[in-house]
Amino acid sequence: MERHVLVVFPHPDDETFGCGGTIALFTQAGVPVTVVCGTLGQMGRNMGRPFFATRESLPHVREAELEDACKALGVQSLIKLGLRDKTIEFEEPNAVIDRLEQILREVRPSLVLTHYPSYAVHPDHNALGSLTISAIARLPEAERPKVHAHAFAPECRDLIGPPDVVNDISSVVEIKLAAIKAHASQSQVFFGRINGGQLKDGISDELKQRFLKNETFWTYRFG
Amino acid sequence: MGPIEKSKVQASLDALLQRDVYLHLETTNGAYAAHFQESKMVVGAYIRNGRVCFSRGVIAGDGPYRVGLKLEIGWVYAEGLTDFEVDSAGRLLLAGHDDQGRLAVALELSESPFEM
Repeated sequence: MERHVLVVFPHPDDETFGCGGTIALFTQAGVPVTVVCGTLGQMGRNMGRPFFATRESLPHVREAELEDACKALGVQSLIKLGLRDKTIEFEEPNAVIDRLEQILREVRPSLVLTHYPSYAVHPDHNALGSLTISAIARLPEAERPKVHAHAFAPECRDLIGPPDVVNDISSVVEIKLAAIKAHASQSQVFFGRINGGQLKDGISDELKQRFLKNETFWTYRFG
Repeated sequence: MGPIEKSKVQASLDALLQRDVYLHLETTNGAYAAHFQESKMVVGAYIRNGRVCFSRGVIAGDGPYRVGLKLEIGWVYAEGLTDFEVDSAGRLLLAGHDDQGRLAVALELSESPFEM
C-alpha cells in the first residue's frame, strides 16, 4: 500500500492517457494522489472535433478539462507549475528542480509517476521527466520514493527492456474513460482516429482490450 | 471561430495599419507527427508577442487563404488559413485547420500583449 502517489507530467491529459487507470486504482484503494501539471498545453494542435477552441482559448479550456479529469480520477490535489507548453527544456533547470524538490518534501510521496527521460517522445515529456528525476535524486537515498516511469518511444523496449510494472486497469476502465472524455478538446480527435468517429459511450470491447487493459511502467534505477 | 469571411478579415487588417501591434505566428504538424507516422519530421515554429507595424495588410486567395503583412524592413506571411474570429478582446485570430479540426497554422494580431 502506497502512502501517497505523486504524478508529474507536463500537459493536461498526460495523466489520463498514460496512467489514468493506475491513478484510479490508487484512489479507489484510498491512497491519496497529487497531480503536478507543468503547463496548460497552450500549444496543442487538437482543438476538439469539430474544433471548438482557439489558440487563445485553449489554455483555459484545457485547465478546466484537467480539473474535471482529476475529479473523475479521484485526485486529491492538483498543482499547476505555470510553465509554457514546448518551452520546458529551455527553462533554467534549477528553478524547476527547486520547485519540484519543494513539492516532494511537502507531499512526501512513496511513489512518483513521471515520464521516462529520453523515451517519452515529446520534448516536454523528456524534459520534465528528467527534472523530476533530478529533484528526487536530491533527496537522501533512504527518503527517495520509488519511480514508475512512463515511456512510449518506439525503440524504448529495445533500449531499456520490457516494462517491469504492468497494471491491469480493467476494473477502472469506466473511470479512465470518464477522465478521457473530460479532456474533450484532445480526446475527440484521438477517438476519431481509433474509433472511426467521436468518443461514444459504447466503446467496443476490442478497443477496451487494446487501449484500456494495461498501463505499463519501468521502475527507474538511480545511477 | 468560423470560416473566414474575407471582407471582415480585410477590414480588421485595415484597422490595424500603421499601429504597433503584437503578433502570434505559428505553424505545426504536431508533436506526434513522426510518432504516428503522419510525417517523417516534426516541424513547428512559433513567435509569441512579436511587435510589428505594417503598412500593408492583405488577405488573398479563395480559401484556404493567405495573409501578407508588409513591414518597414520585412514581411509576415501565412498560408493555409481557413477560420477566423475577432474575439471579445478585439484580437484578430486567424487559423488553418485540417480535416480533423487540428490547427496547422495561426496568425493573430492584438493591440495588447497575448497571455504568456
